Amino acid sequence: MSLGSIFDIAGSGMTAQSLRLNTTASNIANAETASSSTEQTYRARKPVFAAIQQSMLNPSQQGLAFGSEEGPGAGVRVEGIVESDAELQMRFQPDHPAANEEGYVFYPNVNVVEEMADMMSSSRSFQMNVDIMNSAKSMMQRILTLGQQ
Amino acid sequence: MAISLDKALGIHQHALEGRVKRAEVLANNLANADTPGYKARDIDFQAMMEKAQEGMSGFGMTRTHESHMDTSPMGQDSELMYRVPNQPSVDGNTVDTQQEQTRFMRNAMDYQASFQFLNGKVTGIKKALSGQ
Repeated sequence: MSLGSIFDIAGSGMTAQSLRLNTTASNIANAETASSSTEQTYRARKPVFAAIQQSMLNPSQQGLAFGSEEGPGAGVRVEGIVESDAELQMRFQPDHPAANEEGYVFYPNVNVVEEMADMMSSSRSFQMNVDIMNSAKSMMQRILTLGQQ
Repeated sequence: MAISLDKALGIHQHALEGRVKRAEVLANNLANADTPGYKARDIDFQAMMEKAQEGMSGFGMTRTHESHMDTSPMGQDSELMYRVPNQPSVDGNTVDTQQEQTRFMRNAMDYQASFQFLNGKVTGIKKALSGQ
């Protein structure tokens, strides 16, 4: 327990949000990448977030103490990145170089509107974590001036 | 007559510590604002202060084994509670970002106040020691 752990917590939030921003950028960049088979087509990627519990970081507190598994928590981590199961878009474009025998082309299952909303949400969350870090910094600087005139 | 710095500083050092702890919990809520299923937490500051006062009045117990119940003022997280959400969300997350941020800011302000009190005490002691 210290002000320093707020830096870790806000830092983990910033890492997670920037990863979310990264996948969003990748999804939007690949929104129009056509291919001729369903296997090769790009699928929308989404990060999965999970809360970190303090007891995992600090094993000495684990076990017997009351409510130890309910510690104050230590930020957020990215469990992994999953690909969306939504259906791919099949478009009839016989003139497309990547068209298959029936003249169809497969486009990724990226919903650009959804990705834009996700982008706004993650950049706001990122800003919020920066604010938290700034506050923690000024609180810490204040404690260093204790006892000074 | 023994001089106890702990007693001279009074409750303010515990208040400052409590404020830091609460800031940590609120920062964790905000970091997990997008985590599905995360439940927002907060500390009962008043209960914490009451515990600190009890500890100061001399009835505090000493832990002789690490698996003993921790009764120290800032010890266990027994004051950690879950928040009742205003509007439930689909993914089970109960963090209300605006509210949490407001609480965090207010907590930071209260921290400043506690710090001022503590700083006053410290400067007072310094003056007394230097005989001015």
